[in-house]
Amino acid sequence: MTLRRRGLDWLLNAYAGLALVYLLVPIAVIVVFSFNNPRGRFNFIWQEFSLDAWKHPFAVQGVGDALKTSLEVAALSTVGATILGTLTALALVRYEFKGRAPVNLFIFIPLATPEVVLGAALLSQFLNLGTPSLGFATILIAHIMFNLSFVVITVRSRLIGFDRSLEEAAQDLGATPWETFRLVTLPLIMPGVVAAALLAFALSIDDFVITNFNSGSTITFPLFIWGAARVAIPPQIYVIATMIFLFTVAVMIITVWQQRRAEKMAAVRPDEPGPAFAERATA
Amino acid sequence: MPTRLRKAALPYLLLLPGLGWLLLFFAIPLCYMAVESLKTGTIDTGFRLTWEFSNYTNALKNYDKQFIRSFEYAGLATLFSFLIGYPLAYVIAFRGGRYRNALLLLVIVPFFVTYLIRTLSWETILSDSGIVVNTLQTLGIVSSDGRLLDTTVSVVAGITYNFLPFMILPVYASLERVDKRMLEAGYDLYGRRRDVFLRVTLPLSMPGVVAGTLLTFIPAAGDFINAELLGTPRQFMIGNVIQSRYLEVADYPTAAALSFLLMAFMLILVLIWARIAGTEALLGTEGERK
Repeated sequence: MTLRRRGLDWLLNAYAGLALVYLLVPIAVIVVFSFNNPRGRFNFIWQEFSLDAWKHPFAVQGVGDALKTSLEVAALSTVGATILGTLTALALVRYEFKGRAPVNLFIFIPLATPEVVLGAALLSQFLNLGTPSLGFATILIAHIMFNLSFVVITVRSRLIGFDRSLEEAAQDLGATPWETFRLVTLPLIMPGVVAAALLAFALSIDDFVITNFNSGSTITFPLFIWGAARVAIPPQIYVIATMIFLFTVAVMIITVWQQRRAEKMAAVRPDEPGPAFAERATA
Repeated sequence: MPTRLRKAALPYLLLLPGLGWLLLFFAIPLCYMAVESLKTGTIDTGFRLTWEFSNYTNALKNYDKQFIRSFEYAGLATLFSFLIGYPLAYVIAFRGGRYRNALLLLVIVPFFVTYLIRTLSWETILSDSGIVVNTLQTLGIVSSDGRLLDTTVSVVAGITYNFLPFMILPVYASLERVDKRMLEAGYDLYGRRRDVFLRVTLPLSMPGVVAGTLLTFIPAAGDFINAELLGTPRQFMIGNVIQSRYLEVADYPTAAALSFLLMAFMLILVLIWARIAGTEALLGTEGERK
């Protein structure tokens, strides 16, 4: 019995390991093939090790500009969506008001709508109004739109577990509502806001479908790849993908590390010796 | 302004910018698309609103194959995501120990690489005379002139891969929340492992499974990138049709009608799931002030 049980355990672990491999192999392939020196236009078959693509990552015409556009759109849409979404989340969690339930539903619907539909609908509107003309502005409008719901949901989940007595304490000590928000509420929900901003940035820089509908002749990095995929896939594309990958991993690790440090510092503070304290002590 | 009135107005003021944006660039665009879907004409002569409801029936008739294929592929991809993702989430949640966060990071690593490039990577992996095809040919599983690229297999594999983390993360979140004492109680009552899993763990993780299936199925059914890059027109899904009708053929009424049909199917599906799972789990509004 125990032998069979141990066998089953081992099998389950091995299966999970294989699933992880499935997730990671394509990423490894991209990194490896960024060092390839392909014959022909497509980077599909391994030929020989080469550093050429890494030495000149922006040698392919247009790729640098596309990447620059993508970064600009991502930065601006992250700021826009994070501000609008955080305000919306605050209203939804902190206040009781008429119409909260339908608003919750309304925020959810864009998430349940396929991207093609979001992109196509927005294009219908731009085509009918004739303004603004398709380009950077319309891409930005679209990115803030599809990021908003994600920000609301991320910040809201952080707000739900929020200890309101801290704000009441601040108000009792004579803080104005604005001071309470700036000095107490905002720092406490900051991890949620940062997580939402990171998510928004990642979604924006990665988006192809909605952008494709509303870009006009402006080219973002995903649009550049799409155009390239039909004619030629130079290894430089894999190099830039690897760079973005390493950059994201670095940002991720720094964020996690800083949050850990913040939590550790919070844990040192003399807490009320309640059940929460006991739980932390045993953890 | 009296304080009480200001207090009552505050939530609406906070909502205004965000909701306004969604109204202007999500809700109203849908109305424009609704009007578009009832027009007739061509790009050269211009489109006129003629309340042409047959656009819908024609769209359904002409592209029924792509519709069915979309739901078939999305259903298969969701099923495979569950079969691959649930055990992985289970192992991370219950056996990950102090490596849990590191393992979770590995699960979302694919998201750090651009979607299109992940798909191109599959094109590399499955390409003719690539390692996978060569190995399968040596083993005799694939005939010597057989290929994996440009088949249903490659398209479904790509979709499964691209949306797998959307299944793993919510399942993990709900498994992690399972009270371990419940499982111990199950064993104390002489439940066998299988019984404890089927009667305690699995039911308790159902909210995560429901969220995961939706998060996988919805984008999968609307996807066209995998079919375009890893398939041929014989694998094209409804997303391919919508984007080519809109951006290549400029047949806006048909594309708009197809978009609405797709959205309607999705909403029906979400509502059915909501009935099964409860709306609170779905909208993520559990624990809000009532």
